[in-house]
Amino acid sequence: MSWEVVMGLEVHLQLATDSKIFSGAANRFGADPNEQACAVDLGMPGMLPVLNERAVRFAVMFGLGVGARIGKRSVFDRKNYFYPDLPKGYQVSQFFEPIVCEGQFDVPRPDGSLFPSRSTRDHLEEDAGKSVHDAYAGQTGIDLNRAGTPLLEIVTEPDFRTAEQAVAYLKSLHSLATYLGISDGNMAEGSMRCDINISLRPQGSDEFGTRTEIKNVNSFRFVERAIAVETERQMDILESGGQVVQETRLYDADRNETRSMRSKEVANDYRYFPEPDLLPIVLDDHYIDTLKAELPELPGAKRARFIDSYELSDYDASLLVASRDSADFFEAATGISKSPKLTANWMLGDLAAALNRESLTISESPVSAAALAGLIVRIADDTLSSKLAKQVFEGLWLGEGSADEIIEARGLKQVTDTGALEQMVASVITDNPDQVAQYRAADEGKQKKLLGFFVGQVMKASKGQANPQRLNALLKDMLDG
Amino acid sequence: MATTSADVRAVAQLAQLRIEDDAIDDVTERFNRILDLVAELQQIDTQGVEPMSNPHDMEQRLRPDAVTEQVDRTALQDVAPAVEDGFFLVPRVID
Repeated sequence: MSWEVVMGLEVHLQLATDSKIFSGAANRFGADPNEQACAVDLGMPGMLPVLNERAVRFAVMFGLGVGARIGKRSVFDRKNYFYPDLPKGYQVSQFFEPIVCEGQFDVPRPDGSLFPSRSTRDHLEEDAGKSVHDAYAGQTGIDLNRAGTPLLEIVTEPDFRTAEQAVAYLKSLHSLATYLGISDGNMAEGSMRCDINISLRPQGSDEFGTRTEIKNVNSFRFVERAIAVETERQMDILESGGQVVQETRLYDADRNETRSMRSKEVANDYRYFPEPDLLPIVLDDHYIDTLKAELPELPGAKRARFIDSYELSDYDASLLVASRDSADFFEAATGISKSPKLTANWMLGDLAAALNRESLTISESPVSAAALAGLIVRIADDTLSSKLAKQVFEGLWLGEGSADEIIEARGLKQVTDTGALEQMVASVITDNPDQVAQYRAADEGKQKKLLGFFVGQVMKASKGQANPQRLNALLKDMLDG
Repeated sequence: MATTSADVRAVAQLAQLRIEDDAIDDVTERFNRILDLVAELQQIDTQGVEPMSNPHDMEQRLRPDAVTEQVDRTALQDVAPAVEDGFFLVPRVID
């Protein structure tokens, strides 16, 4: 039987505020254990939460960015469960009336085409602390620095059918969050974590199968793998006539498998009720309209503009706008080079490869936008062939100066001067009378092949610096005599 | 409304409360008396009444995003039964 995979995602995004969502303790990653957990974060008796203005603003900005309806009146609720890294015994979240309601926005696929994705709701909540299970004999260490970090939980409709779609969606969320500046997007530090709800059903059926939830996957690659192994696992169960158990599972990247989280087997019953220590958040139109007017140009709009005004392909535009830094780099370089397509090619080609090789981001690139533009100007004006350009790029990467300085120092100027080329061609023709005779006797198809020999000879004589287009034309002319 | 002792045990487990076997009947009966009261409230016609999330007719005030708390870890951990390397220690919990 052929199966259809049905997935919905829940993404937890840590918001890049200076202080916690309900307390004035610092919200920073990497401090010593419990150095950033104040009495409110520890859930000490009598402590009361006071809501952070910026956390609210960030949530609304995100909602506007994904084209969602903003909840003008939203309410916090208590989600009750016991775990040592949740000191109050409940998490302050939003259940009945979230701050961001249903929305829809376009996600670019890897090939650059778009698909719509629907979100159900996004709500504000506090993060829990962290548990360390293996450091102390018979005991668990609790670090509550993360407790109270503002989170935006983003919940989608079960619209995803492939791992590729899910990853494309997550990438565009990541890109949106960093464009808006509401999250640092550092997945390795847990700034963006994803839960995947996944079930299978026979192709063509419109009923949902029993789903499992894979918790806390924290990289795009792991999302892809977790979906693959969980799909496989459920398929094996269903095809051997069994039934999938609704449960929470954990993806183990080392073993590349998902496994049941036993502690969560007791059916979750969070007994949500309104948080009595907080009042409803009420937002007026003026507040929402002001934020809307202040939004930066978002990836979707930027992508459309790149396609339109720079005549880039969907594919190139999608890659370039994926991060604000790379989009800014592109615009800075194109502003100087005036050759958008060449700039895109070099950014996505040699520059991206070099950055990848050294695990650098575009903002850490040793080749600046202006430096790359200097190189592109010399390609566009025929000073450099693409082969010579690669050598100049290497020089730029190694910090040997500007493109022009490197061309001068390395003597890389392409020979475009017709007089100089003619001389070289003439001497090659004189030196190889046999090949010339062969060429002149050959038919057109064969001539093309033989031409390669002469091109090679001239290139050798010019130390690779002959302009290939001009050389070809000149050779044909002179050989045809 | 008849809530059984099994329901009461399930609720007790969620609340991390231990109820001794010889007390369960008594707790179940008192539990039911509270639920009877709620059942009475449920009969009131609330058509057109907005759900109330807070008894105060006010809006949430917001705090500027600034770090105002300096954490004195030693003082805060003074009341903890076990602490090591800055961590609070609790009996082992495994997922």
